[in-house]
Amino acid sequence: MPLTMTEKIFAAHAKEKSVRAGEIVTVRPDVVMLNDISGPFAFEPFRTMGATKVFDPDRVVLVADHFSPAKDVQSAEAIRILRDFGREQGIVHYYDSGNGGIEHAVLAEIGKVYPGALVFGADSHTCTAGALNASGIGFGSTDLAAALALGELWLRVPDAIRVDLEGSQAPYITGKDVILELIRRIGSDGALYAALEFGGPGLQALNVDERFAVANMAVEGGAETCIMEADDQVFAYAAAHGAPSGHAVAADAGATYRARQRIDLSALEPVVAVPPSPANGVPVSELKGTRVDQVYIGNCSNGTLTDLRQAASILRGRRVAPGVRLIVVPATHAIYRAAMREGLLDVISEAGASISVSTCGACFGGHMGILAKGETAVATTNRNFRGRMGDPEARVFLANAWVAAAAAVAGEIVHPGDVTAERKAVA
Amino acid sequence: MIGGVIHKFGDHVDTDVILPGRYLVLREPQELAKHCLEGLDPTFTARVKPGDFVVAGRNFGSGSSREHAPVALKAVGVGCIVAASFARIFYRNAINIGLPVITCPDFARDAKNGASAQIDMASGRIEYQGHVYHGEGLPSAIRAIVDAGGLVPYVQQRLSTLA
Ligand code: SF4
Repeated sequence: MPLTMTEKIFAAHAKEKSVRAGEIVTVRPDVVMLNDISGPFAFEPFRTMGATKVFDPDRVVLVADHFSPAKDVQSAEAIRILRDFGREQGIVHYYDSGNGGIEHAVLAEIGKVYPGALVFGADSHTCTAGALNASGIGFGSTDLAAALALGELWLRVPDAIRVDLEGSQAPYITGKDVILELIRRIGSDGALYAALEFGGPGLQALNVDERFAVANMAVEGGAETCIMEADDQVFAYAAAHGAPSGHAVAADAGATYRARQRIDLSALEPVVAVPPSPANGVPVSELKGTRVDQVYIGNCSNGTLTDLRQAASILRGRRVAPGVRLIVVPATHAIYRAAMREGLLDVISEAGASISVSTCGACFGGHMGILAKGETAVATTNRNFRGRMGDPEARVFLANAWVAAAAAVAGEIVHPGDVTAERKAVA
Repeated sequence: MIGGVIHKFGDHVDTDVILPGRYLVLREPQELAKHCLEGLDPTFTARVKPGDFVVAGRNFGSGSSREHAPVALKAVGVGCIVAASFARIFYRNAINIGLPVITCPDFARDAKNGASAQIDMASGRIEYQGHVYHGEGLPSAIRAIVDAGGLVPYVQQRLSTLA
């Protein structure tokens, strides 16, 4: 029987012989990741379960990212619990300020994500791993306590939705626009319990950073996981980050899909998601003139070097509009350093942005840029739910880094081409 | 059968409104309970009585995987959540911590805020205003976790038989 990419990854990690969509199987992950919120919440059930040792310390990664650097005593305690668990269990993959950053970006950077890998994370955006032809699955803390204890968990093999990308990008179109367009079409539960599987010639037009942005937001369509076809860019990324070459999976001709979508990259206009749902995408031009108080460029979907380059290209020689706060958060320490070497941080800071250490920060309303009542933000983050970034009556518009930087300069939502005045006539 | 008052919500109730991110520094269930659903309805914690039901539309518990959300709902006394559908991670989390969840689109549609219903958790049978509804059953593998009282006792049993 022909199989989807996800069925193949599940089959390679399952105890059962038959692994087909809809079946419940027990799978053993290649790596398990927890953070400073989900980790401390998992260690107590882990002990109550009667477990004393994690299944394999080398397959466990701990990342202090949500409240790191600690914003108060309670978050400092949580980070200490995470760090102490790592020490007690002999877990060498512990990351914090100065060597880490946002977990999903860190996990790929340290070579724990590679073609064919099965990744478990106590965080919903673990699906980011799909960019590298892996399957990443998000869980809560008690599930991952069980995974730490047993090295396995039950899962229902998801059916798949196939998304074929075509064409090459028009100016100012990124992976963010691809995923916001897809979620606009299918809705925020359109992929509930499914795997989003991406392929097609248009995938080549997106670099790995942009693919992370696409895979990251699969969960905003309700998906269990996401996977993209492997190509030379994926193999080069894995090799450059010291990952094993893995076992790339490709979908068989004739595999069964719940649904299919086609997205033509050349036909897209930058998409902005109107609060309170990532599924509320509209073309950027429809929101022209929406005043902004804050612009936030960062998060596990769009805090990559590619995003910082895009932002810097808009900000070079320009100023953040009076009354607007621009906060820029490189997703990891390594990205921060690369952006510094390239001179991007200088350009961004000269324009009037404040550059933050790598952290989840304000993305989830934690710290470092919370919104007041009635404020409006444009953010490259992945969620614009009510109250996500602060007060329930603040508004967050989701957009790519070009659009975000342009909004910072203009003080309102605009097409980035209007700021650079290089906008090509659209045929 | 347990009886309770219905607290009705719409579609796509996400875990950010169930338990806003700024409270994720908290871990004590009773502390989390104080902020349950604060992002959507700050009066909820004052109105809800132990054993009451939360009834909602599609995709309940979407978004963040934070287990703090179902823990807060359980600690505030919610006896059962019935929804037209649940987001995947929330559904697993609820089962794992022993918070009853029932998928029943018909009841989710008909239920009125403030009315009362009777629910039999084990069978998923719901009695409401003279009608009987049947929630979707669980696959046997997951039933075993519920029967054990949640994932912690379930794994506890497994580890003790391995030892
Ligand atoms: S950056 Fe935001 S979405 Fe990503 S892991 Fe951190 S809190 Fe979650």
